[in-house]
Amino acid sequence: MNHHEKALHRSDILTVYGTVLGSRMLLGTAGYPSPAVLASSVKAAGANVVTVSLRRETAGGGSGERFFDLVRGLGVHVLPNTAGCRTAREAITTAQMAREIFGSDWIKLEVIANDDTLQPDVFGLVEAADVLGRDGFKVFPYTTEDLSVAEKLQRAGCQVIMPWAAPIGTGQGICNRRALQSMRAYFPDVVLIVDAGIGAPSHAAEAMEVGFDAVLLNTAVAKAADPVRMAAAFASAISAGRLGFEAGLMPPRDMAVPSTPVAGTPFFDLERKS
Amino acid sequence: MNGRAAKHTVEIYLNGQPLATEARSVAELVDGQSLLGKKVATALNGHFVPEAQRATTELHPGDRIEIVSPRQGG
Repeated sequence: MNHHEKALHRSDILTVYGTVLGSRMLLGTAGYPSPAVLASSVKAAGANVVTVSLRRETAGGGSGERFFDLVRGLGVHVLPNTAGCRTAREAITTAQMAREIFGSDWIKLEVIANDDTLQPDVFGLVEAADVLGRDGFKVFPYTTEDLSVAEKLQRAGCQVIMPWAAPIGTGQGICNRRALQSMRAYFPDVVLIVDAGIGAPSHAAEAMEVGFDAVLLNTAVAKAADPVRMAAAFASAISAGRLGFEAGLMPPRDMAVPSTPVAGTPFFDLERKS
Repeated sequence: MNGRAAKHTVEIYLNGQPLATEARSVAELVDGQSLLGKKVATALNGHFVPEAQRATTELHPGDRIEIVSPRQGG
């Protein structure tokens, strides 16, 4: 491994709730053309964490068993979600069921306020995070950019905060970059993960350049024409964005500044006519 | 009479659908759905029922039971 490769590798290491991860990309498991494509996409992404959910099971239970075996075979950390829950009560019960099934106290906490925007119900979110935190869960809350909500989540014991980039499944990219920058500045030591609304690798790179610790996405990979290649593209973009952040971006300027030295420019003493 | 006791059934909702079942507990309901030993979790009227408590959690008319299992998620 040369110096450049070592720097890249170091940049990819992230610690959440005491667990060391070798990738800053968290990948959803829904909507792939097939289980085989899902498995190859997770591999191509190099993701150490995948999100999963719970749904009603029918007699016999084949679907759940097959999916559980598939996920176990990936050899990655599982982050169950509470997708679709509308109240704190629903989310708490779902989290408890997930903990029993997956044997993990990690929970991606979603409390949804509205069907059209799928925006978080931040009141129910804080309530559920508080209950779950006291029950020993390690909560990954899906929230907005609101700093006061994030502060309450942190007070509830959340060591990770996951604001949206844009509404779930829209692929619009970062709608409110300045708010995410404020969040980074306000919470320098909290693990911040952009969750939802990422559509292109450049969106993910932007989130990382802003200084976010990781990106969680699903649809942009699952619904790509070639999910496996897209997973690899996102992995590269996330690594590049992180390295860029660590390297320190130059501040933008309002006027042009020549990059080539002015001193010694030929013909400099001649009168220039436009 | 054919010598067997009349079957007692209870009307409940399983995963949102009405169901008349002979199961007397959450554990018997899970078994009756051929889900014993499978990766499932249960809730009764919105509250989690841990696996260890399924056998002692009785079913009553109108109860709403959820039986869930792992699925794809974002």
